[in-house]
Amino acid sequence: MSRSIEELQVIAKRIRREIVEMIGAAKSGHPGGSLSAVEIVVELYFNHMKIDPKNPQWPDRDRFILSKGHAAPVLYAAMAEAGYPDTPIDKLNTLRTLGSIYQGHPDMRFIPSLEASTGSLGEGLSLGIGLGFAARLDGRPSRTFVMMGDGEIQEGQIWEAAMAAPFHKLDNLVAIVDYNGIQLDGFVKDIMEVAPLAEKWRAFGWHTLEIDGHDPRAVRLAFEEAAITKGKPTCIVAHTVKGKGVSFMENNPKFHGVAPTPAEVALALKELQ
Amino acid sequence: MPAKTKFEVKPGPATREAFGRTLAELGRENKDIVVCDADLSKSTMTTYFATEFPERFVSCGIAESNMTAIAAGLALAGKIPVVASFSAFMMNKGFEQLRCLVAYPKLNVKVVGTHSGISLGEDGPSQMSVEETALACALAGFVVISPADEISCKALFRAAMALKGPIFLRTGRPKAPVIYRAGQAFEIGKAVEVAPGTDVTIITNGLLVAQAMLAADTLESEGVAARVLDMHTVKPLDREAIRRAAAETGAIVVAEEHLVDSGLGVRVAQVVGETAPCPMEFVGIHDTYAESGQTDELLDKYGLVARDVAAAVRKVLARKRS
Repeated sequence: MSRSIEELQVIAKRIRREIVEMIGAAKSGHPGGSLSAVEIVVELYFNHMKIDPKNPQWPDRDRFILSKGHAAPVLYAAMAEAGYPDTPIDKLNTLRTLGSIYQGHPDMRFIPSLEASTGSLGEGLSLGIGLGFAARLDGRPSRTFVMMGDGEIQEGQIWEAAMAAPFHKLDNLVAIVDYNGIQLDGFVKDIMEVAPLAEKWRAFGWHTLEIDGHDPRAVRLAFEEAAITKGKPTCIVAHTVKGKGVSFMENNPKFHGVAPTPAEVALALKELQ
Repeated sequence: MPAKTKFEVKPGPATREAFGRTLAELGRENKDIVVCDADLSKSTMTTYFATEFPERFVSCGIAESNMTAIAAGLALAGKIPVVASFSAFMMNKGFEQLRCLVAYPKLNVKVVGTHSGISLGEDGPSQMSVEETALACALAGFVVISPADEISCKALFRAAMALKGPIFLRTGRPKAPVIYRAGQAFEIGKAVEVAPGTDVTIITNGLLVAQAMLAADTLESEGVAARVLDMHTVKPLDREAIRRAAAETGAIVVAEEHLVDSGLGVRVAQVVGETAPCPMEFVGIHDTYAESGQTDELLDKYGLVARDVAAAVRKVLARKRS
């Protein structure tokens, strides 16, 4: 499913609008960390990953695990745009309402095409190890991409997994840190500093890249480099902006976990024309 | 009443040993089985599998949370992962991952706790587990099994591996007294009546089955016919066997190597309350942690031997008569 950078930028803008709209409709949710992840998720779902949305259980598919499950809106919008049978685009605005398939955090019981149910932070990278180990055991080409938040990696289990993946030489596993610098209570540096980040992942044995997570070319190149890196997993430290694309949300801790008001939704959609 | 054969304690292999041997056998039969262990394979006995199938053994280091989540990832990819550690570490350090990554998405992960209860002995309370059954039963959709001896452990673990969905197998460190003969049939969720009786029922599992059998012999000499049920499956409970025991014998003692606040006893009491209420007494660990010592010394000191079971029966029978 190869697509040009320009095509991806159009999709990314559409997904940003859907994120704002669905969280606005839900009157709750996490806009900041959904918007910061858009370029990465779009490159994966619309260019890099070997997937067949019409055949979501294809055994040789690549898999995406949203370990920072609170950014569910970006995943829902991307899967809906990609055309999975169980993520209808016209239902996105039912997010977080009773009976909706679009649960507050990704839930496989409602959307079987999801690769995992996530939400409790710190756990997705380990899932990626299990998936990577199984793919290698079966001789499948499947690769697994795990996106984590920068606040999320304060969880100890992340570092258990960070130690284990290079030990098992899982070069079919790619970790992405959405390094937007903000968590619920404020700036990451004020809550629990995680820097220096790239140095930590390198020290644990990962092939580590640092990129601008909003530059679609840099994102594409990083995944291409990960694909040809053998013998060790790759970690992409993606410098991003929380709330990217909506001026009053950008770099504003308030919009980690607060929905925009109807007036703010209108303003945001205007900016995202 | 015809004279029963007296129960004799004959030590057999530990249930962890039975688990380890069966796991290696199953490894030969099913290539999808993958085993995860956190630096305890020589104690959990996954070492037999690891030696035979090194490529299907995931060494996780001393990191139970990561191990449990890796197993969930393996299950997502269609493997049948078995994770094992001491019950204390498996359930306490792995619980969050068992809840969010195994129970909630209902993944086919097989969880095995070894060194359960206080009978592991000399290592003391940090390694002991007095709450693993409570935790396992608190995981929605889990099947929870606590076998008494080698033969039942082998059969029930095999049956559990054939199920699709998460299970917890509770095994122990010490040699397990032989309860069953080869060929005995077991079914998950169906209690085994190991001794018949009409005056009172002792519902038990694990190491306490042997103690209940000894107690039943003592009671017989006092003219009391005690039924003994091996409730090897704690979840789902054999509700019908419990209802019948309550209705037919009118008094129940539950004996387990676990905190009495939260294990088999309270679960049985719930069923008794819902079906045929009758007096009940509970033998188990009472709101405390144990200490270092030999298995027999510990079971004796913490009130988990035949003497304690028989005393509870006399108490419940007094209540039944009053």
